[in-house]
Amino acid sequence: MRFLFKTNYEQDVRLAKHSGYIWSYATLMLILLVIPYLLDEYYIGQLTQLFIVAIAGVGLMLLAGYTGQVSLGHAAFFGIGAYTEAVLSGNGMALPFMDEPIVFSFLLSFPLAGVFAALAGIAIGIPALRLVGVYLAIATFAFAIIVEEVFSRWESVTNGYSGLMVESIYFGDMELTDGLPFYFLCLGVLIAVILFSLNLLRSPTGRAMMAVRDSEISAQSMGVNLAKTKTTAFAISAGITGLAGALFAHKLGFLSPESFTVLQSMELLVLVIVGGLGSLHGAVFGAIFVLALPQGLAIFKDFLPVQLAEQPGLEPLIFGLILVFFIIFEPMGIYGRWLKVKLYFQMFPLYKKATFKRQKSYMKSERLK
Amino acid sequence: MTLFQAENLAINFGGVKAVDGVNFDIKKGECFTIIGPNGAGKTTIFNLISRIYDSTEGTMTFDGKDITNSAPHDIAGMGIARTFQNIELFEHASVLQNLLVGRHCHSKTSLLSEMLFLPSVRRAELAHREKVEEIIDFLDLQHYRDSLIMNLPYGVRKVVELGRALCTEPKLILLDEPSSGLNVEETKDMSFWIEDIKRDLGITVLMVEHDMGLVSEVSDRVLVLNYGRMLAYGTPQEVQSDPEVIKAYLGG
Amino acid sequence: MVIGGVSIGCIYALVALGFVLIYKATEVVNFAQGELMMLGAFLAYTFISILGWNYWLGAGAAIACMFVVGNITDRVILRPVIGQPQFSIVMVTIGFGYVARSAAGMMPGWGTETYAISTPFASEGMQIIPASMGSLVISQTDLSVIIATFLLCAILYGFFTYTRLGVAMQASSQNQLASYYMGIPVKSVFSMIWGISAASAAVAGILLAPTTLIDTSMGFLGLKAFPAAVLGGFGSIPGAVVGGVIIGIIETLAGFYLPPGFKNVAAYIILLIVLVVRPQGLFGQKTGKRV
Repeated sequence: MRFLFKTNYEQDVRLAKHSGYIWSYATLMLILLVIPYLLDEYYIGQLTQLFIVAIAGVGLMLLAGYTGQVSLGHAAFFGIGAYTEAVLSGNGMALPFMDEPIVFSFLLSFPLAGVFAALAGIAIGIPALRLVGVYLAIATFAFAIIVEEVFSRWESVTNGYSGLMVESIYFGDMELTDGLPFYFLCLGVLIAVILFSLNLLRSPTGRAMMAVRDSEISAQSMGVNLAKTKTTAFAISAGITGLAGALFAHKLGFLSPESFTVLQSMELLVLVIVGGLGSLHGAVFGAIFVLALPQGLAIFKDFLPVQLAEQPGLEPLIFGLILVFFIIFEPMGIYGRWLKVKLYFQMFPLYKKATFKRQKSYMKSERLK
Repeated sequence: MTLFQAENLAINFGGVKAVDGVNFDIKKGECFTIIGPNGAGKTTIFNLISRIYDSTEGTMTFDGKDITNSAPHDIAGMGIARTFQNIELFEHASVLQNLLVGRHCHSKTSLLSEMLFLPSVRRAELAHREKVEEIIDFLDLQHYRDSLIMNLPYGVRKVVELGRALCTEPKLILLDEPSSGLNVEETKDMSFWIEDIKRDLGITVLMVEHDMGLVSEVSDRVLVLNYGRMLAYGTPQEVQSDPEVIKAYLGG
Repeated sequence: MVIGGVSIGCIYALVALGFVLIYKATEVVNFAQGELMMLGAFLAYTFISILGWNYWLGAGAAIACMFVVGNITDRVILRPVIGQPQFSIVMVTIGFGYVARSAAGMMPGWGTETYAISTPFASEGMQIIPASMGSLVISQTDLSVIIATFLLCAILYGFFTYTRLGVAMQASSQNQLASYYMGIPVKSVFSMIWGISAASAAVAGILLAPTTLIDTSMGFLGLKAFPAAVLGGFGSIPGAVVGGVIIGIIETLAGFYLPPGFKNVAAYIILLIVLVVRPQGLFGQKTGKRV
C-alpha cells in the first residue's frame, strides 16, 4: 500500500500525483504507439473509432459530469462538426467576395469544425442559462431533433439523405490514407483533448464548473459568473465533440443524417454514465464499453437459443438493461468499480465494502421558493 | 467610517412585505448583528445584500459604491462574502477544493492559458494555495484538508463554510446564524474566531444570530427586526433592555 | 382539420398528464412515458383482439394492468436511485424506455408488426352541429378522444384536490422528509402516482390505437408530449391538457401550411421558444431555491 507523503503544494497542483502514475501511463502510451504495427487493418480501425468516441465522451463529460448540465442532444454537435469538416474540405465555402468557393485544408477545416460546433454550443447555452435540470434536458433534446431535421432538409449544403462524400485529409500534398496515419492523428487529438481538459479542471475555471454543478447559489456568492461559466462549458464541450465529429467524418468517408440521431445522443449519454460520471477516465472506459458491447453481443449470441438470438430488439434491450443496472447498482460507473477494485488490492485484506457506502439520501424539492 | 449603508430597504414577495423600510449602517471594523424572531426577514436582508434577491425599494451602498443593482457574482469581487444558514458547500469536492473556489474572485487567468497550464497559471495556483493554507491554519482545518464534504460532520462543515467565505479576502463578511447547530464548545470557538476576524484580519462582520450570549459577547451594535420592520437599533445592552424587543422576541 | 388537431392534441395531453403527475410528485421526468403508452395499447390489443374480449372490458383490463406495471416500475427501478443527481434519474427512465420497447418487440404475439383494434367508435365523420350554424364534422373516434381526455382530467383533478390520498401525494411531492414524519408512506404514495400515470398513458394508447395503429415505435409520439407539458407548465395538470391541445392544433396546421419537415419539428420549435421566453409555461409557477 502506497502512502503519499506530500512536502510541497506543487504536488497537489501537478497532474501526476506520484511516480506510479508516470510509470503506468508511460507504459500505456508505449503500448498504444506500438500496437498498430502488430494488428491488422480491422482492429486499427476499431481502435481509431474508440479514440473518436472517447473524444466525444470527454466533451460530454465536461458538460454533464463536471458542470452538471444535462445534454440529451450531444449528437447534434457531433454532427455539426462532421458536416462542417466535410463541407469545408470538400466543396468548400463560398464567401461573398469570391467567385469560387475556397476549399480548406485539414489544418484549417479541423479547428473550424470545432469552432462551428462551439458556436452552436453557445447558441443553445445562452437560452439554457435560465433552465435547470429537467428543462435543460428537454431543451437540448429539442435542439438535437431540430438540428437533425436541418441536416436532412438543407440539401444544398448537406445533400440530405442522399449522403455527402468526404474527402481524405491532405497535409499539403501528402494524402492521409486510412489506417496507420489516421490512427496516430486520432490518438494525438485524444491525448491533446484529455490534457487540455485536465488542465482546465485543475485551474479556477474548472473549479468554477464543478461549483456550478454542486451549488449555483454559493458559487455566485464566491464570484463565479454563472452565465459565463455555463456558456463556456457548453462551448468547450460542444467544440470538443465537434472535433470528434470532424474526425468521424473522415473515418466514415460518407455522411448521412442517420448517423446523428437521438440514438447517437443516447449512446454518448450511456457512455458517460456507464463509464463513470465525473471523471475523464470514465469517458474512456465508457467509450470502450459502448464500442465493445455490440461486438460482445455478437459473440454472445452464439451461445443463446435461436429464437432469442434472432430478435432484432436484443441489442437495445441489453443496452437499456445495462444502463439501468449501472445507475441502480453502480452509480460511479466502470471507473468507480475500477477504483473499488484498486482499493481492494491496495488495502488487502483490510478492505471493507462499506467504504463507499453513503447514508440514505432523501429527495428535497428544488422547486419551492 | 461607514462601510455599508442600507436606506429604506424593502422587498415584496407577492403581497408579503418581507422587508419593509429598513435603515442601518455598518461602521468599518465593527461587528453588527441582526436579531429577531424567525421569519422577520433577517436572511432576506442577507440575500438582498448578496443580490440573490432584487429589492423593490431602497438603496444599498458599500464602500462608497451603490450596489443596489449589481450582479450577484460581482459582490464577492467588491469585498462582500457570506455564509449560508443551510450550508451551501460543494458536496462532492474536498475541503481544499471548496476553499480554493473561494479564491475565484481573485483569479485573473484566461481560459486559453488555463488549458495550456502556462507557468503563470501554475504560479497563480500556488499563490492561491498559500492563501488558502493561511485560512486553514486560522481555523484549524488541517486534517480535514482532503476530506470530501459529504463525509464531514455538521460542525466541521460550518467551519469550512466560514473558511470559504474568508478565502475571498472580504472587507465585509455576512455570517448567517454561525452558531446554529453547534454545541457549547463549538459556539465558544466560533465567538473566538469572530473576535479574531474582527481584530486580526480587520474584517467587518455582519451577523444574524439567535444565541443572545454570543450576540452580547461579540457585537458592537444590534438591529432588531420584527415582521420585516425595524424594532430597535443600538448597542446590545440598549436593545436587550428595550421593552418592545422584550415583548416581541426576548420573552419575559 | 382543427378538430383533428384537437384530437391528436388530446393524446399528447394525456401523455403529458402522465409526465406532469410524476414530476409533481417525485420531481422525476419519466422519459419512458411514451413506452408506457405503447405497452398499454399492446395490452389492450392482447385482451381485445387476441383474447376476444369486449372493447370496454379489454380497455379497462389494460388500464388496470398498466396501473400495476407503473407501480412495480417505481418500486424496482426508481426507488433505488432516489438521491442520485437528476441526470442519472433521467437516464434511468430513458434506459427503462429502451428495455420496454425492445422487450415488447420480442414478446410472442406482439413482435414488430403493426396491429389494429376494433373499437365501437366509427371513424366516419358525424355532423354534430346542424347545417344552419355552419357544419362541424367530427368523427366519433375524435370525439371519444376529446371526451375521454376531459373526463380523465376532471377525475384526476377531483382526486388530488379532495381525497386524502391526493392531498398526501401533494405533500410528499413538496417535502419527502416532512411527509414521512406526518405518517405518509411516501414510497407507496410515489408508486401509486406512477401507477396512475401509467394508467393514463394506457388510456392515451388505447385512444390512439384507431388513428395510428399499434406498434413498438408508438412511444416516439410520447416525445411530442414534452413540448405539451412544458408549454402548459410542468407543475400543472390543467396546463398539460391545454398545452397538449395547443401543440396538436399547431402541428396539424403546420403540416398543412408550412413546407414539409416542419410538421415534425414544429412542436420542438415551440418548446424552445417557450423555454426561452417563459420557462414556467402557461400555468406553471416561477420557482427558485430558498437559501
